[in-house]
Amino acid sequence: MVGPIIQFSNVSKRFVKGKETITIFDHLDLSIQAGDFVAIMGPSGSGKTTLLNLMGGLDQATEGQITFNGAAISGLSEGQLAAWRAVNVGFIFQFYNLMPMLTAERNVELPLLLTKLSGAERRQRVQAALALVGLRERTGHYPREMSGGQQQRVAIARGIISDPKLLVCDEPTGDLDRATADEVLLMLQTLNQEMGKTIVMVTHDPAAAKYAHRILHLDKGAFTDRELAA
Amino acid sequence: MNDFYLMRKNLSRKKLRAILMLVAIFIAFLIFGVLASFQHGFNAGTGLGGTDSRLITVSKINFTQSLPVAHIARIAGVDGVETVAMANWFGGYYQEPSNLLAMYAVDPEPYLKAYRDAYVIAPAERAAFLADRGSLLVPEGLANKYGWKVGDSLPLLSNIFSNKTTNSHRWDFTIAGIIHTAHPDDPQGAILFHHAYFDETVTFGRDKFNWAVERIAPGADGDRIAGAIDLLFANSPSETATQQEKAFNRAFLAQIGNIALIVTLVVSAAFCTILMIVGNTMIMAIRERTKEIAVLKTLGFSRGRILRLVLGEALLLALLGGVPGLLLAVVVDKVALAKLLPGSTMTWPISLTGIGFMLAFGLVTGLAPALNAMRINIAAGLARF
Repeated sequence: MVGPIIQFSNVSKRFVKGKETITIFDHLDLSIQAGDFVAIMGPSGSGKTTLLNLMGGLDQATEGQITFNGAAISGLSEGQLAAWRAVNVGFIFQFYNLMPMLTAERNVELPLLLTKLSGAERRQRVQAALALVGLRERTGHYPREMSGGQQQRVAIARGIISDPKLLVCDEPTGDLDRATADEVLLMLQTLNQEMGKTIVMVTHDPAAAKYAHRILHLDKGAFTDRELAA
Repeated sequence: MNDFYLMRKNLSRKKLRAILMLVAIFIAFLIFGVLASFQHGFNAGTGLGGTDSRLITVSKINFTQSLPVAHIARIAGVDGVETVAMANWFGGYYQEPSNLLAMYAVDPEPYLKAYRDAYVIAPAERAAFLADRGSLLVPEGLANKYGWKVGDSLPLLSNIFSNKTTNSHRWDFTIAGIIHTAHPDDPQGAILFHHAYFDETVTFGRDKFNWAVERIAPGADGDRIAGAIDLLFANSPSETATQQEKAFNRAFLAQIGNIALIVTLVVSAAFCTILMIVGNTMIMAIRERTKEIAVLKTLGFSRGRILRLVLGEALLLALLGGVPGLLLAVVVDKVALAKLLPGSTMTWPISLTGIGFMLAFGLVTGLAPALNAMRINIAAGLARF
């Protein structure tokens, strides 16, 4: 552990819906260390995904400050946040969110279109990422030709292709059977332990949360306790 | 992989929908190409120019009604008329009814005198034409088109009149000469042959003419002369209407212009309908991809890049449908239209206008979905199923 990669200080998030203002968080503090693997659990509507969106720069806090490696990301413009995400954050979703008209290798290559890498360099990186997730043989396959577990591994390869420091995972095993879920979680654990990726994962599954170093319980926009994973 | 690859893949993801949109755009630009070529043919055929030194006399009822030949001698006596020549429609065609020809039966000598500043004819050819009642003069463009040469025998047919000597619609001619134009911009004019030959062989409508052309003396008052001619025949069974040639041509063009305007409005309505259908389909197609666009934005694609991707897709669709449509219009023009309306052609300006319309079409149909895509909220987009 080498210091906080993500720091929430007095962060509030409110939505205005018609005449009503809905408060998701009120003065929330949170610190996640670089290299940590954190699971966030909680009932539906507790604010888990909103927290993840704020952490990944997909949404802006209403109040307070969010820093990434000591630099504030709250207050960045939409364009600046997009550029920041492209470099610093990898995203893994419950339903994989692959582009159906692109093959596995093209899906993985997508984030690299935002870099200045040459076509050859991009191809090299894509092959390496797909080999890392064990899909070297499926590069030309479309998402519809792959199982859920394989699609999620393609999504993981896409998430790490830009070598981000932070991986944000929203229910990454929510659509998978137990055995496949364990494969995916082991892969995340490997990325955390061997490549030093900081992982923040939202999950409803206590078995999945056990792969994390820390489990944070969120309820009604506040952390109820903090504990180390078993 | 690059942005163009993404546009292409997005476009072809639902093949049936893409094909239907391409066909709609294809038809729109086929219609545009054919109409524009047709209009060009109309304008080329009716851009007769004209001059203030010539007057045109037609029936007061309308210009398709015939006038008695006896009018010519009386018109010739009007002060200021230098020469007068009668002319008749023939409704000629060559071999096939689709090979229509502009072809007039005229008083040869006065007619050529009236048009002495417009036509250039070799003196020997002119003399041969005047000497042979069964001969004709052909415009250079037609001679080149059909490979006709001076001295060729040329059977031509009429879709109006019949010939009592051949007992058919056929008249036999010999080409006496070629009509060149004095200025490159002048129209090529029509095939000219002897009214006397026409009059003695035709089965009906003898001793009549459709219009007279008067050459007036330099400096003469055309309006006064026109009034004097019409006054000669006032209250007679065959009243006349005389105008300066330029005014006559303008009136003729205005009638064709009205027809062209109606056609243009109808085609524009079809064009706009297709545009709205394609635009609406594009909006629906992009809305279906809200989640994917949210994912692209999540990965770091900027608003500007999303806008370019969607607009590029719409432009690509317009070009993929429109260019083949224009190309087929060229083929239709060459194979069918040009035969019906000589002068109809897909010019470079028409083609470039078509490309311009395609780009505008792409931008208009793509702008709304592109703006919608650009504004997609990531969190809301990702939450969509």
